[in-house]
Amino acid sequence: MDNESGIQDDNQLTVEQAIANLQGEDLGLRVYAAWWLGRFRVDAQEAIDVLIKALEDEDDRTEVGGYPLRRNAARALGKLGDRRAVAPLMRALECSDFYVREAAAQSLEMLGDLSCIPILIELLNNHVPGTLPAPEPPQLAQPFDSILEALGTLGATDAIPYILPFLDHFLPRIKYAAARAMYQLASDPYEANKYGDRLIQELSNKDLQLRRAVLADLGAIGYLPAAEAIASTLAENSLKLIALKGLLEKQLQQTTPPNLSSGAIKVMTLMDELL
Amino acid sequence: MNATLQSLIRAVEEADSSTLLLEAVQNLAAARLEGSVPTLIAALGYNNPGAAVAAVDGLIQIGEPAVPALLDQLDRHNYSARAWAIRALAGIGDPRGLVTLLGAATADFALSVRRAAARGLGAMKWHWFPDDLLEIAQEEALEALLFVAQQDEEWIVRYSAVVGLHCLATAISANYVDWRSQILAQLEQMANSDDNWAVRGRVWMAQQQLLATTAVPQTQLVAVQPSPLSAMDWHLIMEKLYERRDQERLVFPEGDPRRYRELAVAIAQNPQNS
Repeated sequence: MDNESGIQDDNQLTVEQAIANLQGEDLGLRVYAAWWLGRFRVDAQEAIDVLIKALEDEDDRTEVGGYPLRRNAARALGKLGDRRAVAPLMRALECSDFYVREAAAQSLEMLGDLSCIPILIELLNNHVPGTLPAPEPPQLAQPFDSILEALGTLGATDAIPYILPFLDHFLPRIKYAAARAMYQLASDPYEANKYGDRLIQELSNKDLQLRRAVLADLGAIGYLPAAEAIASTLAENSLKLIALKGLLEKQLQQTTPPNLSSGAIKVMTLMDELL
Repeated sequence: MNATLQSLIRAVEEADSSTLLLEAVQNLAAARLEGSVPTLIAALGYNNPGAAVAAVDGLIQIGEPAVPALLDQLDRHNYSARAWAIRALAGIGDPRGLVTLLGAATADFALSVRRAAARGLGAMKWHWFPDDLLEIAQEEALEALLFVAQQDEEWIVRYSAVVGLHCLATAISANYVDWRSQILAQLEQMANSDDNWAVRGRVWMAQQQLLATTAVPQTQLVAVQPSPLSAMDWHLIMEKLYERRDQERLVFPEGDPRRYRELAVAIAQNPQNS
């Protein structure tokens, strides 16, 4: 399989080879194999086993003490949808590497298992011993945005009192993540919409990067009242279309196919114009 | 050149930040002046997405007068400007862009270009076409859109092909029952098997709207504006379509393409037909 330079391309790597590489000597190939198994959604038992094992890797370290292989393994396990990964990913939330914790929180969100809620709340409150801040500015103690998003998706209403203070966080993307989570967790629709409307307002933010971030948040929660504001904000059509797709999918879930709600028709009419 | 146009163009040329450039291009585009076409086309190549979006919108508003310059732009080497020019052509729907859109929808490597071209193929200004040329043009558009709907890996490009097919189905004459049923069959297949829910949703909308209306005989369609295209334009469009079809048919020859040659001569000799 190896060519002369020792570099493999995507076409050459097979499932067996990726699994073998993940346990091999070459650190570069290990990190790549972990990414590859997630990218191509290889959910074979053996792949899950080796990825879980890679969450405890000690060989691959960056200069500042990060764990590149653990990061990729944590990301891949979220994509593979096997709940055997839940407990090992919860242990990964205690890792000293900020980016391993970030990847683990995101993957736990994807796996949808509620057992991780208590430790996510502990991490949000920065009560997990042994964790280190992000190595670069603004040197956050924890990956708050990923934790907040996970708590919202998992329906962690117990976490509400701990989420509220983040609505005023100095970093906009963390503020957005809190509003997004509160939208998902609020018990009555009127209150939920207040949080959704906060996100709509941010579509007028002067910073393109922030408008992009808030587009992703609105798409993730499928907030219908944002449809026109999404269509008219200043950002790439591709990103607006992805956000509107989130709104549309939410609308489609609310009717029996092939029935379409008036909201679904409105969203598609807006999407047609952005193609 | 009037004073307003001159000052709007100068603002674009003198903009020294991306925000100022965006504003200047937006203002120029909003004026909808034909004289702004070269400056708007130049803005497609500035590597400023906001300015390019505004310029594309402006070019679409100006419409047909912008088409020759856009087609000329496509011959240049700046790839990203090319992609924007194709988006503008798709938005204008001018028949002179048809062959370019057929190629872009089926073969461009950028999904945003395939997406724009697929929608544009449905929304051509079909009412401008002379009858015989309309048949070959719509058949090519139909084949390209079916191909994209079946083959494209990106959900948004398939979504766009559905929009194109929906639009084409409402534009084709009642005489082409077979084409209409091909479109409906393709939609039915996607309604059941496309793995993307947004695409399925758009298919349901197309199906519901198409089944609620029956095809209108072409003669009843009122041309909103007369076609500004010359006999020479139609001749070139036909030649290019003929070439494209000829390439496709090299492997599976069918039909007699010579009648399109005769058509070309007929159109050239009898310009009022166009």
